[in-house]
Amino acid sequence: MTVAALAPVAGKPRTRWKEPSILPGFPLAMGWTLTYLGLIVVLPLAALVLRPWEAGLHGVWATLTEDRVLAALRLSFGTSLLAALTNVPLGLMVAWTLTRYEFPGRRIVDAFVDLPFALPTAVAGIALTAIYGPTGVLGEQFAQFGLKTAYNPIGIYIALLFIGLPFVVRTVQPVLQDLDREVEEAAQTLGATTFQRFRMVVLPAVLPALISGFSLAFARAVGEYGSVIFIAGNMPLKSEIAPLLIVIKLEQYDYAGAATVGLAMLVISFGALLGVNFLQIFLARRGRA
Amino acid sequence: MNFRQADDTSSATALEIKGVSKAFGRFPALKNVSLQAKDKEFLALLGPSGSGKTTLLRVLAGLEKPDAGEVRFGDEDFLALPVRRRKVGMVFQHYALFRHMTVAQNIAFGLTVRKRSEKPSKSEIADRVNHLLQLVQLEGLDKRFPSQLSGGQRQRVALARALAIEPKMLLLDEPFGALDAQVRRELRRWLRELHDRAGVTTVFVTHDQEEALDLADRVAILKDGELVQLGAPNEVYEHPANPFVFDFLGQACRLRGVVEGARLRVADWESAAPTGAPQGAVEVFFRPDEVAFAPADGAGLAAEVKGVAQRGPDVRIDCLVEGAPMELVGHGPTLPPGVTPGLSVRIKPLRPQVYAAG
Repeated sequence: MTVAALAPVAGKPRTRWKEPSILPGFPLAMGWTLTYLGLIVVLPLAALVLRPWEAGLHGVWATLTEDRVLAALRLSFGTSLLAALTNVPLGLMVAWTLTRYEFPGRRIVDAFVDLPFALPTAVAGIALTAIYGPTGVLGEQFAQFGLKTAYNPIGIYIALLFIGLPFVVRTVQPVLQDLDREVEEAAQTLGATTFQRFRMVVLPAVLPALISGFSLAFARAVGEYGSVIFIAGNMPLKSEIAPLLIVIKLEQYDYAGAATVGLAMLVISFGALLGVNFLQIFLARRGRA
Repeated sequence: MNFRQADDTSSATALEIKGVSKAFGRFPALKNVSLQAKDKEFLALLGPSGSGKTTLLRVLAGLEKPDAGEVRFGDEDFLALPVRRRKVGMVFQHYALFRHMTVAQNIAFGLTVRKRSEKPSKSEIADRVNHLLQLVQLEGLDKRFPSQLSGGQRQRVALARALAIEPKMLLLDEPFGALDAQVRRELRRWLRELHDRAGVTTVFVTHDQEEALDLADRVAILKDGELVQLGAPNEVYEHPANPFVFDFLGQACRLRGVVEGARLRVADWESAAPTGAPQGAVEVFFRPDEVAFAPADGAGLAAEVKGVAQRGPDVRIDCLVEGAPMELVGHGPTLPPGVTPGLSVRIKPLRPQVYAAG
């Protein structure tokens, strides 16, 4: 075997650590990225994962099976899910109105959508409580029909609706804007009714964005604290959310217990987001494959 | 292959557009346009961008509501029908396919959205789709998604989708505009064949005069929202109604001249004036390839040859005619030997068109 025959073989199997690029500074950028992510994301999460076991497997199990913890988790995830699901059609409608119609004050209405983003959550909580509380403008009206809109899970639901809406609107809006009008017109010329046009042409196009918006709103709602605690009433077993329970456990110096609840939330949230991602990949593949 | 039952009762005129006007805000897109299309005719709407041709097509589809005028198809008042009841097959420039549906689902769309009482059975739909796939030569691609097809294939899917509803009329909005020249020419021929086989009245919008002249039975030329000329391709090419049409349908050379009686005089060259030419000062138009060359001491317009450049089969001749620069086109092998840079020749326009000087 000659040297010439060997040469290409020798060069080939070496997998390269990094493809040459015209952009300089890869080692620095990569190093900084890893350090930053490690410090800000991975390290705290690792601490959260490690902390509960201080109390031993038994301690973790005992905390997780506490009625109060189970009720809080159920409440947090239940109301978050419900609120995010409600925000999907409502947010779609808002986004639709803002993208499809020209009307005076459209930009102002558009700016209003961002308010839940911008407002400090505590301010939002106080404002919502003032309005939906038993003596509030709306709370009073609802009370006449025997509907209590504060200091119970309904109050929590209202707060989560409020903070989740912009997530759905802002993810769907650009997709609606980019939607090719000609495609809808094609459907129209082919005989589709308005409803068929929406269901068979518009909805499939915005579905991935809707799911994204849903998962963002859901994730935010699960972690929401400030706006909820004012309106929730915070009664153990009834209207006490999981993040509040963590704070309570921390105040009682039960660090392992707090971390246990936190870990449970992490696992459930992670599972939910994973599921949503798989759904999205499936949908994306259906349209491209 | 017949898509529609032969219409025995149909009169000569299928589509009738009468005095249609449409303005977008202050911009008048269509001004009092009237024209007819015969049954099974292939009509091209030709014009530069902003001429209103697409607006007119969208009025026919019902996607735009005219401010005034009438549109009738057969004995139906088209304007009274909503888009989805007009049964027109529309093909858009950018295909407008449903991205999340397969080719087969795209083609079947118009059938699947029908009311239950009018909807064909699943197997009938599948048969129709297969038949259409064959017609547009896309057999075997039924399970693909639009993103997996080339531009030409996508446009054929769009056409099959439009034909699936057995349209009364086929409307095509610059269907080949987004395709490259080679594919364009192929699809053009194929579309014409398809039209002849399907026997459906077709209105075709384009800004490409070659496409319009090559494809259509009749060409309607629009400018600034007005119908400028309507006629068979040869008619409009050989007798353009005005300088705009002449210019738009091909390259143009223009000179000033005078018509007196039946004689046309340009500088020191005189010939018979075309029939119907206006009297007095005129503008003379001719195609750069419709000239005869003569020796410098012969009859014709004095031309000084500046440069000769071979362009494939054609030869581009840059010259000064009566002092004005002009670009003529000759055919290599038939070019007289006198046509070389630096020499003077005489040229005679073979088919000059004459318009009153504006």
